[in-house]
Amino acid sequence: MKLFKKLAASASVLAMLASGASAEISDGVVKIGLLTDMSGTYSDVAGPGTITAAEMAIEEFGGTVAGAPIELVSADHQNKADISANKARQWGDTEQVDAFAELVTTSVAMAVFEVAKQQNKIALVSGAASSPLTNDACIPTGLHWTYNTRALGVGTGSAVVAEGGDSWFFLTADYAFGEALQNDVSKVVEAAGGKVLGSVKHPFPASDFSSFMLQAQASGAKVIGLANAGGDTINAIKAAKEFGIVEAGQKIAGLLVFLSDVHALGLDTAQGLQMTVSFYWDMNDETREWSRRFFEKTGKMPTGIQAGTYSSVRHYLKAIEATGSDDTDTVVAKMREMPVEDMFAHGGVLRTDGRMVHDMYLAEVKSPADSSGPWDYLKIVRTIPGEEAFGPLSESTCPTK
Amino acid sequence: MNKFLGYLIVLALALAAPLVIYPVFLMKLLCFALFASAFNLILGYGGLLSFGHAAFFGGAAYISGHALKVWGLPTELGILVGALSAGVLGLAIGTLAIRRQGIYFAMITLAMAQMAYFVFISSPFTGGENGLQGVPRGTALGLIDLTNDRAMYYFVLAICLAGFLLIARAVHSPFGQVLSAIRDNEDRARSLGYDIERYKLLAFVLSATLAGLAGATKTVVFQLASLTDAHWHMSGEVVLMTLLGGLGTIAGPAVGAGIIVTLQNYLASGPLAAWVPVVLGVIFVTCVLSFRRGVVGELREFLRRSF
Repeated sequence: MKLFKKLAASASVLAMLASGASAEISDGVVKIGLLTDMSGTYSDVAGPGTITAAEMAIEEFGGTVAGAPIELVSADHQNKADISANKARQWGDTEQVDAFAELVTTSVAMAVFEVAKQQNKIALVSGAASSPLTNDACIPTGLHWTYNTRALGVGTGSAVVAEGGDSWFFLTADYAFGEALQNDVSKVVEAAGGKVLGSVKHPFPASDFSSFMLQAQASGAKVIGLANAGGDTINAIKAAKEFGIVEAGQKIAGLLVFLSDVHALGLDTAQGLQMTVSFYWDMNDETREWSRRFFEKTGKMPTGIQAGTYSSVRHYLKAIEATGSDDTDTVVAKMREMPVEDMFAHGGVLRTDGRMVHDMYLAEVKSPADSSGPWDYLKIVRTIPGEEAFGPLSESTCPTK
Repeated sequence: MNKFLGYLIVLALALAAPLVIYPVFLMKLLCFALFASAFNLILGYGGLLSFGHAAFFGGAAYISGHALKVWGLPTELGILVGALSAGVLGLAIGTLAIRRQGIYFAMITLAMAQMAYFVFISSPFTGGENGLQGVPRGTALGLIDLTNDRAMYYFVLAICLAGFLLIARAVHSPFGQVLSAIRDNEDRARSLGYDIERYKLLAFVLSATLAGLAGATKTVVFQLASLTDAHWHMSGEVVLMTLLGGLGTIAGPAVGAGIIVTLQNYLASGPLAAWVPVVLGVIFVTCVLSFRRGVVGELREFLRRSF
């Protein structure tokens, strides 16, 4: 085996001498392992759409990079960290996978980080949201692409205050995530000159939000912040609609809302909701062109997670193309050196803590009258510069930054 | 003699398996086989349908994870602490639950397990939604490096075999016989002078401890403990494994666990990826409707009738 490796190495050195810059691709193939939720809670925001998005990135390269074919394997992690760890480990050990992609749900991303660290592989995180992925839990080869809870919360918090929403009331899911989100946003609201009038905790998960909404209504706050996610957010927004909260002049700020949630709620219910997004399909010609192609394949417009998966895979392949190697350290160094330039991000910077810093957008859900048809849901109110959304590198607590 | 030969063949297969099959997958299979066998001890032999076994599995997973990561205990001790804590939790839940029968017993265990789940989701030491990650594997007896998957496999195999042997011993002992008697006719067992509450409680605690042993071992294998382990889905999954393999048989739960874990693992990256829960559901319905004794139970019945 060793002899074979040596032979292969010397052969590649010879080849390089001969042609100047020939491929140095391990096993002669660039293999990407995509782990996502195909059947559960996150299958709409991530799921099969992320596979399509990764395929679209690969197609752009014509299926080969640096002379080697690109292969994509995918699996349903069923939102279970142990299945993800098992699958990722197996891919890395026995199937020569070079990079893991997507990884929605933080517990999954963290489990795969552990595997990636041991096997020295790249992890391209798009779907998971937790900020610790580029703070305490960071690894040198773990790249967090699309967004994080800080950007969502902080983006919405400061932007809403700047728009005049200076008094807040929180509806918070009663567990660590909800509390962390509320704390993050409270800090930003107060720093921006707003004040927090109060908060109420609701059980996780909850289906009846009427009493919490009434409390929020009675608080007289201009903005009701939803420090929860998924089904809870959807139910809370429905309850707000029932009590006519938006019509009465209070605004709802969703801290973790996706385009597919708006699609599920319908404009009539969701109108007026403010949220931070990493991507919206109808921003410029580039995003429209890409999203149309995506729509033709899937029948849905892409979410930020899906667009982010495309961007991360594309940038990874670009770095391989530029270096002619799929060696982890070489590729990561190149990925950091090159700005991320595609329809998802312009001038995106990949920091040493693993954070990909790019602009985020504050959006408001349109009213049915403003919308021209299906998927015409959001109006971009403000572009949030990357540094503001993700915070400076000095703030990161990543030990290897 | 025949039986002995059978055990030898199974043991030889288990020893040779990692040469052919991916060891981490095999370890997961073993852990779930032990979990299902522990569950079968009270459902199959004691007739008690617990709907809260995830609390023991997940609880032990968290506690041994914490013991290994934060307290820095040696691997064996960490697993032991996890299993024992599951036993203590089993004693607490069992004392309350065994006073009731049937559906009430199931509901009490479910309610208790949900309370445990709530504690796990809101305690800082479990990492909440993110799970407890990066648990070190350490060394076995301070000698063998467990970061090697092969070594880890044999370590897990030894633990699980010990667990299986304990269960088999318990089932075939006088204690197991009394337990079966209680299952079949509680009043008659009581009239014979047996203190049935004591027997039930002992079986419950033993089952909880072994479920905990499985959970703790799994934490070491995957180096993580997550909410999945403590969620009520897990309690349901273990019922499914036991019924599918064969209720009240020694090998049944292990076979059932093997089927479920294999399906979860291999369907995940095929064309059926989005359909894993549906496939499992269809299998369960088919099993309950057409072969109620489970795979091993039906096989045993077939052999009994044919010979």
